[in-house]
Amino acid sequence: MTRRLGSVVPVIELTELTKRYGDKTAVDHLSVTVRSGTVTGFLGPNGSGKSTTLRMILGLNAPSSGAVTVEGRPFADRPRGLRHVGALLDAQDIHGGRSAVAHLKSLAVSNRIPLRRVGEVLEEVGLAETGRKRIGGYSLGMKQRLGIAGALLGDPPVLLFDEPLNGLDPEGVRWVREMFQKLAKEGRTVFVSSHLMSEMEHTAERLVVIGRGRLIADETLVDFARRGSQATVLVRSPEADALSAILAAEGAAVAPAADGGLTVTGLPADRIGELAWRNNIMLAELATGNASLEKAFMELTADSVEYAAGENR
Amino acid sequence: MSTATAASQSPTYVRVPSEPRPRFRDLCRMEWIKVASLRATWFVLIAAALATVFINLNGVHSDLQYLDHDLAHPRGITPDGKVWHFVYDPLRRSLSEIAVQLMMLGGSAIGALTMFGEFSTGQIRTTFVAVPKRGSVVAAKVTVLCTITTILAFVVALISFLGGQAMVASRHVGLSITDHDAQIAIAAYTLVVPVSALVGMLFGAIIRNATASIVGVVAFLFLIPAFFGGDKYRWVVELRHLFPGNAESNLTYWTHDPYTSNGRWPASHLHSWAVLVGWTVVSIVTALIVVKKRDA
Repeated sequence: MTRRLGSVVPVIELTELTKRYGDKTAVDHLSVTVRSGTVTGFLGPNGSGKSTTLRMILGLNAPSSGAVTVEGRPFADRPRGLRHVGALLDAQDIHGGRSAVAHLKSLAVSNRIPLRRVGEVLEEVGLAETGRKRIGGYSLGMKQRLGIAGALLGDPPVLLFDEPLNGLDPEGVRWVREMFQKLAKEGRTVFVSSHLMSEMEHTAERLVVIGRGRLIADETLVDFARRGSQATVLVRSPEADALSAILAAEGAAVAPAADGGLTVTGLPADRIGELAWRNNIMLAELATGNASLEKAFMELTADSVEYAAGENR
Repeated sequence: MSTATAASQSPTYVRVPSEPRPRFRDLCRMEWIKVASLRATWFVLIAAALATVFINLNGVHSDLQYLDHDLAHPRGITPDGKVWHFVYDPLRRSLSEIAVQLMMLGGSAIGALTMFGEFSTGQIRTTFVAVPKRGSVVAAKVTVLCTITTILAFVVALISFLGGQAMVASRHVGLSITDHDAQIAIAAYTLVVPVSALVGMLFGAIIRNATASIVGVVAFLFLIPAFFGGDKYRWVVELRHLFPGNAESNLTYWTHDPYTSNGRWPASHLHSWAVLVGWTVVSIVTALIVVKKRDA
């Protein structure tokens, strides 16, 4: 995995990319540049057009209008793809009747990739032991690992993953995150889709957020977090009433939390601590809620949720 | 996003120096591994081949019981008073139509499988990411499919023919492999199988679903021709001659028995070959178009 990427600038460029199915627009004039050297998260609610976009990047679906290039040219124009782009779209996109070894071998020979890579990538994803068994008997997590092995096979400068954390155990999730960061550090372009902000929080540096096929945000994770409402802070204190009056006087919104604590919006944690100390109020707990990214994501995509659950029943 | 930066960063494509030149034979190897690594492929092909050989050899074997009697008393009179002379047809049993239909069934199932096996499972997306040039993938599938089915069908035809002729050799009614009719019959008996496989591939590429593809190709190869039976209307006969199975039976028909007939308005050999070639071309071209045009 140490090939120098040299003068290749691995980058994905979407220009006014649009896909319509009948009168439904799945992807709507999407213009995004995915840069190399970072993990870029691709977020959106279910049905927002993430998978369709990834398929168009890979030339699997033809755009209705607009264009997309990978390393400066449409991916579908390449005779062979695995040395340019590694992709895991759906772990189930695989014939269950074969063994993992046969599957990867068939991919390797088509791109003239040395067959020793099959053993190497299986080792890397932790499937070396089960490689000869039929894929049909694999769990979803094992299929995800096999899909990742397939993506790594050609040691490509660009990697696309569609919801790669589905079905992985916590250890698997940690492993995938570290691998993505390692791949990005090697100078590769890593583009990872998810519908869960929490998955991206510890994985991506940049975010591309879409809703109903339209671009909502294309910025760093830090910038994105600032977009949402201010962070919430959880406080617990024996003198909750007194504290809540003081905080309210400072302009914060205070609401009782489920387990007797207070949820404070509008004041940072250090200021709350300072106020409590000055007023001689003991604090049992003071924690910054890490839901701010999730909240920003929910707020920004709220208008564009395709399949919202019914609110009143 | 800032378009200005994007534009200045936008790279002209620089070839990764280590990338080897793409070769068609690598794709054939890929397709070979895919076909060979599925147990269903071998099960279907070997079962069809064994059954076909068995039916043919058993057919000739059962002829033997009556052959000596018929050869000793060759003259007969039909109920309507016509004089009739027994002539043994050395092709009808050893290369029987019902048996080759099993091979056609097996071939078309494998042909359909090469397409629906990829489209119904989503494997096709994995394949197209590895090889974005879809036309080459289809070409490699055609090459591997035709090679496997042709070799197997040829072996089956050869064993059936030689085994059958060996059994009747002592009665001097067999045909030599050097006989012109025999060679045409063996060729047709062989080639109808890859043609069926390609038709199966076409159904798999259009329908993409396992069950529906198989039902479709079976209906096309075996059920629909049955609607065009009889010798009453010429257009019905003409339509019947357009199916691959009919072309095969016309080419294996032994013309040297003056007391049997190949029906009214028989097709010429040239016509039957043209039918087999025609389905080959139609299947390959249509499969190429649908695979290239449709989203994967």
